[in-house]
Amino acid sequence: MAQIRLDNLRHSYMRAPKSDADWALKRLDVVWDDGGAYALLGPSGCGKSTLLNIISGLVRPSEGRVLFGDTDVTDLPPDRRNIAQVFQFPVIYDTMTVHDNLAFPLRNRGVEARHVETRVGEIASMLELTDLLDRRAAGLTPDLKQKLSLGRGLVRDDVNVIMFDEPLTVIDPHLKWRLRSKLKELHYNVRVTMIYVTHDQTEALTFADRVVVMEEGEVVQIGTPVELFERPQHTFVGHFIGSPGMNVLPCEVRDGAAFVGGERITTEGPAKAPAGANRLEVGVRPEHVQIANEGVPAEVVNVADAGRYRVVDARIGDIRINALMSENDTIAAGPTRLSIDPAHTRLYADGWLVDTRQGTEP
Amino acid sequence: MSGKTDNQRAWFLVLPVVLLVAFNALVPLMTVVNYSVQETFGNNIFFWHGVGWFQDLLRSERFHAALGRQLLFTFTILLIEVPLGVAIALCMPKKGIWVSVCLVLMALPLLVPWNVVGAMWNIFALPDIGLLGWSLNTLGFEYNMTQQPLSAWITLVVMDVWHWTSLVALLAYAGLIAIPEAYYQAAKIDGAKAWAVFRYIQLPKLGRVLTIALLLRFMDSFMIYTEPFVLTGGGPGNATTLLSIDLVKIALGQFDLGPAAAMSIIYFLITLAICWVFYTLMTRNEAR
Amino acid sequence: MSLEFQAVVKRSGADTLIYETSFALAATGFNMLLGETNAGKTTLIKMMAGLDRPTSGRILFKGEDVTKLPTQKRRISLVHQFFVNYGHMSVYDNIASPLRVARMRDADVKRRVGEAAELLRLEPFLRRRPGELSGGQQQRTALARAIVKDSELVLLDEPLANLDYKLREELREELPRLFAGRGAAVVYATSEPTEALMLGGHTATVSKGRVTQFGPTSDLYRSPDDLETARVFSDPPINVAPVVKRGHEIHLGNAAHWAAAGTIAGAPDGDYMVGVRPHFVTPVPHGDASAPLTGKVLITELSGSESTAHFEIADRAWVSHSHGIHPFRVGEEHDFHIDTTGCIYFHADGRRVMV
Repeated sequence: MAQIRLDNLRHSYMRAPKSDADWALKRLDVVWDDGGAYALLGPSGCGKSTLLNIISGLVRPSEGRVLFGDTDVTDLPPDRRNIAQVFQFPVIYDTMTVHDNLAFPLRNRGVEARHVETRVGEIASMLELTDLLDRRAAGLTPDLKQKLSLGRGLVRDDVNVIMFDEPLTVIDPHLKWRLRSKLKELHYNVRVTMIYVTHDQTEALTFADRVVVMEEGEVVQIGTPVELFERPQHTFVGHFIGSPGMNVLPCEVRDGAAFVGGERITTEGPAKAPAGANRLEVGVRPEHVQIANEGVPAEVVNVADAGRYRVVDARIGDIRINALMSENDTIAAGPTRLSIDPAHTRLYADGWLVDTRQGTEP
Repeated sequence: MSGKTDNQRAWFLVLPVVLLVAFNALVPLMTVVNYSVQETFGNNIFFWHGVGWFQDLLRSERFHAALGRQLLFTFTILLIEVPLGVAIALCMPKKGIWVSVCLVLMALPLLVPWNVVGAMWNIFALPDIGLLGWSLNTLGFEYNMTQQPLSAWITLVVMDVWHWTSLVALLAYAGLIAIPEAYYQAAKIDGAKAWAVFRYIQLPKLGRVLTIALLLRFMDSFMIYTEPFVLTGGGPGNATTLLSIDLVKIALGQFDLGPAAAMSIIYFLITLAICWVFYTLMTRNEAR
Repeated sequence: MSLEFQAVVKRSGADTLIYETSFALAATGFNMLLGETNAGKTTLIKMMAGLDRPTSGRILFKGEDVTKLPTQKRRISLVHQFFVNYGHMSVYDNIASPLRVARMRDADVKRRVGEAAELLRLEPFLRRRPGELSGGQQQRTALARAIVKDSELVLLDEPLANLDYKLREELREELPRLFAGRGAAVVYATSEPTEALMLGGHTATVSKGRVTQFGPTSDLYRSPDDLETARVFSDPPINVAPVVKRGHEIHLGNAAHWAAAGTIAGAPDGDYMVGVRPHFVTPVPHGDASAPLTGKVLITELSGSESTAHFEIADRAWVSHSHGIHPFRVGEEHDFHIDTTGCIYFHADGRRVMV
């Protein structure tokens, strides 16, 4: 096991990339500590799969290095990197039993038969597959197949990192919860570095200690789930994380405050537009917008029931804003007022966060 | 298909096919059954002969020999063509312009009419002027397809392999490119060697296509007629007289309608039985 | 009332895919079919489409028996989980195809396709082939084809399942607008409870070949008739545990007890099951009617704004799902509180305790 370092990485699938758009992966410098749980989060086509393939060795980066510990593995093929991967669609060896599937990576490496048996037994009980060891793998349900392919990674002692490529795609929602917490539990017990690639914010945030958010080949923010939620560095992160995502409201800045549709909105510190900014926006999560007796006048358009809360769809002028409300509260369509929590209201210039907190100069 | 919606008019659409099959298969088959239980001395006068022809045939050494040769031929070419076809498919490129080049080259033998294949190989293998025969003899091998049974057999098998291996290869190729890339990646990560990849990924995933390839090649080769007839005419002697050639000799050469009809039926039943055994054996694995 | 199932049964060989089922869809708004994979949703949809015929029972459409009516003669649209488009045609031709089949005049085709494309924001892509579009755009094309013709019944079989999370959120918002005021009954199969809630309308919960309940979505969610419905309609999965009612108190083993309130107050003493959705089990007390209990934390998941803790009481796994970030220590005992106003009580056979 080792620390993983992506050093000045860049990748393009074209032979001679010219413009910015030709790079599938823009310059990237990341260090992942040994034993951590990480997630790569982003919409499809954001470059997260490219990055995953670079780490596993299926794709060689155009520029930069991949280091496992002190070893430069940039040019090593996947089988010499000591990695394991769980794919989007379960990959199992159909003709083998569950037992032989688990033993396969060890037998290929010439591990002594007795040790193979011990390891297979350990991993099977860890994954709750012990009763199924003699079954043919082909007949398993998708969630068991995914567990089995994970088992093939866990069974080896030499694994540097286990990578997950949207592993819950084919799993039913109610089993997703179980498998996800199982993964978390496994990580807690075995402490192997795990990298989890997904487009699903809930999966990323619940699994990982640190999340890398990507968009269009670029890392937009790296942070803990709380940081990503509380202080998105970019409106994309705000929008992408949270359900519904952060309200991003176009605004003007004057007199140290932001004005949305002519209404004054107080930000966390005195709002000040950076010089040369083209696009100014206020970002506030629906969680921090409340229906209130006083505050910004708005018009309620619709209320959607999400079970444990309700999503209020409202307008300030003609600018759309979402607010959350408890499942026991009701409100009719029509005029109302919104209280927007200044401590959680951020200012963004050209998409990027403007730090307006007192004492910290941008 | 009990669950499908009824639309009675659909029957009219399949009616032509039903009629065609009736004329094509049922009527001739019943005619053959009719002949197989009767004796005739010409002039369209028939006598009831019961199962006599069948009994004779099953005891006949000539039939046993022809059946033996047929089975030997079929299993030889299956043993060569299926593994060879898979091997070729494994070697074919997966992407790039060479894919189409390979596919066209592979398809070529399949496009040649059967009697042309026979004629081509006949000329190609002639010991004095044929390129193959002449070269072999010049190199010091004693090769004469028209006189040595072994030479005739080898030529026959090589010809069939040349003609039909492409079919197996193309089917196997289609099966191979359908395997998702993730399987190969997983195998690499699991440290599997090329043989293990073949044994545990490619072969299991090819199972279905290979079943079809095997069945097609079995049926075709078991009923082969044109090519060996044009190549050797069943000779030298009776060395390459396969079942179909023998059947034609009896039916049209000697005009023994009764025995020929009985033989046709037994031939048909054997083909059917072996196909069924193949099919059940090979699909049993899947069901389990 | 638009589409009605009367004692419909569907068998395939020895397997029963759908046990005897009767319900009538609501004529307006969305009719959700909520259930796990293989619960029978697709079988129901196929029968609605006429692609499959019930083994017994009748299907009525607007009062008319359509059980044996072939698909081609029904005015329906069907959108699949997989983006089914004609790959060799442009997006425009794809959307226009049902109209051309119906022999509509070119001018009308143009107008209708234009409208559908505008609704689904496909205008910039009309000249492209589906293969050149993103997954979301491809599925929007399939949806456009479904809305362009005047279908009386629109069947959507997990249409968003293969899309990115955020895209799904967006389309989920668009869909009700799309079908509003079209006079078509919409049937929407999904395996996600949240989706059923967000799209509203009516819901049928499907489990193991049975429609366990059909009614307004919010009713099903808040007052399910039976335990199976509650189970199907809960994400994260609902906590279920046996409880005993003694006098005015409900006892959860020795772990917790609270005052019986609501319908359970009038029920006789004895054994019951309680269902508590995870967001009614929180690390901090919530309201007056909260009952404390202590469990061993097995695993925790912290998203940016919510905390999930999996804990164990007397070998039974519980899930707590709460707002805010709460630090839990795995392997240690932790106090939780059940908001007992959120408790739903069931008889041992799974029926809900009614007054």
